[in-house]
Amino acid sequence: MRIEADHLYVDYNGIVALFDASLRLPAGCICGLVGMNGAGKSTLFKCLTGFVRPSRGRVLINGQSVAQAQRHQAVAYVPQNEGIDCSFPISVWEVVMMGRYGAMNLLRLPRSADRLAVREALERVELLDLRDRPIGSLSGGQRKRAFLARAIAQGASVLLLDEPFNGVDVRTEKLMAGLLLQFRQEGSTILISTHDLEHVRDFCDLVVLINKTVLAFGETATVFTPENLALTFGGLPADLLVGATARSGETDP
Amino acid sequence: MNWLLEPLSHAFMVRALLVSALVGGCCGLLSCYMTLKGWALMGDAVSHAVMPGVVLAYSLGLPFSLGAFVFGVGSVALIGFVKQKSRIKEDTVIGLVFTGFFALGLVLVSKVRSNIDLTHILFGNVLGISLADIWQTLLISALVVAVLLVLRRDLLLFCFDPTHARSIGINTGLLHYTLLSVLSLAAVAGLQTVGVILVVAMLVTPGATAYLLTDRFDRMTLLAIGSSILSSLLGVYISYWTDSSTAGCVVLVQTGLFLLAFLLAPRYGILRGYGPQAP
Repeated sequence: MRIEADHLYVDYNGIVALFDASLRLPAGCICGLVGMNGAGKSTLFKCLTGFVRPSRGRVLINGQSVAQAQRHQAVAYVPQNEGIDCSFPISVWEVVMMGRYGAMNLLRLPRSADRLAVREALERVELLDLRDRPIGSLSGGQRKRAFLARAIAQGASVLLLDEPFNGVDVRTEKLMAGLLLQFRQEGSTILISTHDLEHVRDFCDLVVLINKTVLAFGETATVFTPENLALTFGGLPADLLVGATARSGETDP
Repeated sequence: MNWLLEPLSHAFMVRALLVSALVGGCCGLLSCYMTLKGWALMGDAVSHAVMPGVVLAYSLGLPFSLGAFVFGVGSVALIGFVKQKSRIKEDTVIGLVFTGFFALGLVLVSKVRSNIDLTHILFGNVLGISLADIWQTLLISALVVAVLLVLRRDLLLFCFDPTHARSIGINTGLLHYTLLSVLSLAAVAGLQTVGVILVVAMLVTPGATAYLLTDRFDRMTLLAIGSSILSSLLGVYISYWTDSSTAGCVVLVQTGLFLLAFLLAPRYGILRGYGPQAP
């Protein structure tokens, strides 16, 4: 198993964020993490990146503790565009190079292997031409690709993507979708936190529905039902439900 | 050339120029991180909170930097503690803690028997700096610069994307407190030149000026250090020739440079596009 999260409890000063949440993801899969704002998606991510230590339960990544897995550069986090200060004076090349920091010495002086990894990552996301541009001068989609390149350069086996399809152009969306399928082929495990149910249906193998705890988890075809979605979103977004019903009507013979 | 050379015939002026240039360079480097991290208020807080430490250290005969450092780091720890344990927002906690410390400093100055001059703490006394204080400032600045240079990439990442830093196994908590300790030390050094009240300018303005001029971090640090040293030297000269407050002159030159960048910066100045060679 790539990710084993068992019976996680997290609370912030008495406010419960996660309650008995369990999740197991194998190597080589794409999993959608779906829930409302405040349902605990980002808390679960924080448990996997070591930002939050659950008060009960345990997380194993590649059979190791989170801290050990981090030392082996196993976990990469691709932030949402909103979470990044776009006016930061830093170039695309430098951002992607940050993916290599964990593997460098204390002074973070890049060696030729690091430069090669960065160059390859930039080629894969088709940003090599823009490597010297400040990160703030890129479009939303290009910026997203830069952060994906950072995860590639890091060589992580677990990718955590926060709203990857929010505000990206068609070219980026296609490119990213293709890359994510390649990563799955290469054995990476990809966890996508999203509101975008359409994309979950399109290319997630597995789905986790959460609201403080894991409401449902399993293969997309069996878990992604209107009933489960109503449970996840408290029955609120009727338009989402209509879409889901229509689609499941199409796919089920 | 006389205006340039005459002040150098006084030993106190040579000392003042050297110390303020050193402190300027050191605070200029740090100011880049303060600007990018958005820690201006934190800088203000720490610089005010060191005051009781300075008074106590002087009255106990200890090096003033030791007392200042203890109280600087103490105030930061207290801010973190109160924020974590209560529902009060961070900026409120900062405002609350540093004024409390500052008030304590004021009371101590008026009550503790010592030969400290309140105005020297509040507004600096670089023209009358003692040799012992010069050594302390030298040591502190060297330490600050060394830490910032060794950790420059890590600190940059910490300011830019702490989540990524964390997920590749970098100890962000340690970086957080290292940067705050460096801030306390730099505030102590800056105290010498411009005093408690204006230290925050040394810790913010050069970084802000440089930030308007470039999109490259390396260039930003060089510009910040350069503008900060220039302001310090020019400020001390102007204060000599106009017989006015040294701290005021240094900070005023810094503010002037910022204003120039604000108006004329090629890409981010508000007058861009009005020049003859505008694109």
